Amino acid sequence: MSAQPHIPQSDRTARRSRVAEALRSRLPGQAVLTEREDLRPYECDGLSAYRETPLLTALPGTIPEAAEVMRVARETNTPVVARGSGTGLSGGATPLADGILLSLGKFNRILSIDPLARRAIVQPGVRNAAISEAAAAHGLYYAPDPSSQIACSIGGNVAENSGGVHCLKYGLTVHNVQKVRALTIEGDDIEFGCDALDSPGYDLLATITGSEGLLALTVEVSVKLLPRPQVAQVVMASFASVEAAGEAVAAVIGAGIIPAGLEMMDRLATEAVEDFVHAGYDLEAEAILLCESDGTAEEVAEEIAKIADVMKGAGCTAFAVSRDETERLRFWSGRKNAFPAVGRISPDYYCIDGSIPRSALPKVLRRIDELSRHYSLRCANVFHAGDGNLHPLILYDANVPGELEKTEDYAGDILELCIEVGGTITGEHGVGIEKIKQMCTQFQPRELEQFHSLKAAFDPEGLLNPGKMVPTLHRCAEFGAMRVSRGQLPHPDLPRF
Amino acid sequence: MSETQFIQQVCERVKDHAARKAPLRIVGGGTKDFYGGPLVGEGLSIAPYSGIVAYEPRELVLTVRAGTRLTEIEAALAAEGQMLPFEPPGYGDAATIGGTVACNFSGPRRPFAGAARDLVLGARIVNGKGEDLSFGGRVIKNVAGYDVSRLMAGALGTLGVMTELSFKVLPKPAAEATLVFEMDEARMIESVNRWAGQPLPLSATAWEDGVLHVRLSGAAAAVASAKLKLGGTALAEGEQFWVKLREHRLDFFADGGPLWRLSVAQTAAPLKLGQPQLIEWGGGLRWVRGPLSLQQARDAAQQAGGHATRFRGGDRGAGVFHPLAPAVAKIHRRLKHAFDPAGILNPGRMDNFQA
Repeated sequence: MSAQPHIPQSDRTARRSRVAEALRSRLPGQAVLTEREDLRPYECDGLSAYRETPLLTALPGTIPEAAEVMRVARETNTPVVARGSGTGLSGGATPLADGILLSLGKFNRILSIDPLARRAIVQPGVRNAAISEAAAAHGLYYAPDPSSQIACSIGGNVAENSGGVHCLKYGLTVHNVQKVRALTIEGDDIEFGCDALDSPGYDLLATITGSEGLLALTVEVSVKLLPRPQVAQVVMASFASVEAAGEAVAAVIGAGIIPAGLEMMDRLATEAVEDFVHAGYDLEAEAILLCESDGTAEEVAEEIAKIADVMKGAGCTAFAVSRDETERLRFWSGRKNAFPAVGRISPDYYCIDGSIPRSALPKVLRRIDELSRHYSLRCANVFHAGDGNLHPLILYDANVPGELEKTEDYAGDILELCIEVGGTITGEHGVGIEKIKQMCTQFQPRELEQFHSLKAAFDPEGLLNPGKMVPTLHRCAEFGAMRVSRGQLPHPDLPRF
Repeated sequence: MSETQFIQQVCERVKDHAARKAPLRIVGGGTKDFYGGPLVGEGLSIAPYSGIVAYEPRELVLTVRAGTRLTEIEAALAAEGQMLPFEPPGYGDAATIGGTVACNFSGPRRPFAGAARDLVLGARIVNGKGEDLSFGGRVIKNVAGYDVSRLMAGALGTLGVMTELSFKVLPKPAAEATLVFEMDEARMIESVNRWAGQPLPLSATAWEDGVLHVRLSGAAAAVASAKLKLGGTALAEGEQFWVKLREHRLDFFADGGPLWRLSVAQTAAPLKLGQPQLIEWGGGLRWVRGPLSLQQARDAAQQAGGHATRFRGGDRGAGVFHPLAPAVAKIHRRLKHAFDPAGILNPGRMDNFQA
């Protein structure tokens, strides 16, 4: 899937020496890595099926040093790929063979916490969970909680507009970031957003959030902190079919409840999880729902009673409410470990991130099941049911010739199904390199062109993470040609190359 | 008028104007004509393009045509016990959702439930080249491509003509109460921020002349226990107070003089401006009425971590919006050019950068 043109080895070596020399004259000695062994840890992010060795890795430790890297990139016309913790699942931080991999690993300090203003100012390499840990002393926390929160960095969260299990109630990264300080490739040090609740001019803060490193390099983030709910309780309910569980989800929302979290797992997922973490899941059930309520003790008691009524009314076959914090965390442990648990029952798995209107859930799950039989690949379904974000996990074995390709086709079919029912190809993992092909289906050529011109407003030379997120029309035409065999040409008006 | 016909007409009109470099002034209900830089160009009315495209309460998603009146949307949502969480002001019955998003206007609930920009899920626009484009969608989580829908919020129609918009909506709170306290400005700022750091169901604050109003919204039990905890005096018919505040119908706004909007850090100390102030949004929004100089307003807002807008009245030709840093202004100019190369959409309405 690599988007990169083939570069002759000799050119690459010469280029590496030239860029490394320029960087070494401006950065501390240890901050530039060029040896193959040193570059190995940067070959891939969480989308580990795709690897590339970067031209070199730069590890600036200060904003002026990061600015020097951007300057060298500009002066030598070298692309830059920024990387936080490397946990991203769409290949946003996959290196470019001819590009600088800029690691923000040294930007790992929490600069300040203002409890009255409910604000933390942090460097981009700070781990998501570390913010909540530091804010806990003030009764505050940072709400977005992607499943990788113990490892993923806040800079990466901004790049991907990350979500998590609590976003229906508390929002995505874009709703919880106040200000981003960033360096442009042109050498400007810019603040997007301000200390007030809005800022003058265009909402560039929303534009930079989720821009996958294509617009600017985030060097400081000011996040909003929320009061930690006094109490949280989770309901676990079993259902005899995924359709029935889907109905229950709609009924919860229909009853005017906005749960703090509302998750669904199908039987294959619960079996994998139960074997791994012993969360106490009902293995007789075709699907289970986890529905969390948080707030004051009074609010939670009232809401849990309502949720119980709805679940029972929707025909759940078993029902439990967490009795204490230990049990609540145990119920959640299964969901939070779903990915590694599936990793134990299959040599490899491929995680999908489509988002759909909740009403389309039964149709989509039925179709995923049909496709599973068609491709002879198993698929476990984990679902942020509250906000319509699906994570089917396709189980495959990369050592079986052709199986990865078959898996990609299966994944592509699921994503196109999401588009068909009015949803989207990515709810929270980003496009990166992984879903760039489906961008050609989700958007019309003129919309993709608008994206390109938007990028050029920030990065006229196209040096920041080029080739990611937004395909060129040329590439869409190529993909289209690849798909002729299925009788669908998405852009018949485009010239074919 | 059918969807295709109307949008095609808009595309044709924009193309024609782009070819002639003739400005277009996008008009909804005309209730926000007072806001922003001077109005220039021939009118392009979006009001005829109205109606709810899709509303499924159990999805918490609403899709509407941009010319739909706020009053119509609110009635449809209320019938299902739901609301637009950002509590938008209309400043007149003719207010449309398109105009509301173009201005990113949000009401008293904003600090606790988000602004218009936070609730926008998708936007269909016609850009300055006359192209019909769709961004975002009807799902709550969506990170495919740049967030152009949110970019439209507050862009004052200078990047595109919005034709359809999707929003996340929420259930109305089961219970509400309004409490009244007497306290000075400095203590109010400290109190409302301290409360916002506790798990209390706050949904609005407003302070004027030593009197603080606080609204609580949520589960009945939560509102009742917060009332006990906070004290103060309960205000009967509190709902009316918040509507009047939202619509600028309180006495504070009655004076016809210039009205300044200073959006600042919520914890910023009292601004010494020597003019009457009404403070909303947990300290973050400070309305100042009176003859401030442009420089005075901007300096005060900037020192308080924010920005000043000449909201209503006064000489709009002298400057409405807070100046941008040069590097930010450069990106604005290029973005404007990327969406509207001929510079015909509401030119000069956003007056803090030269297109």
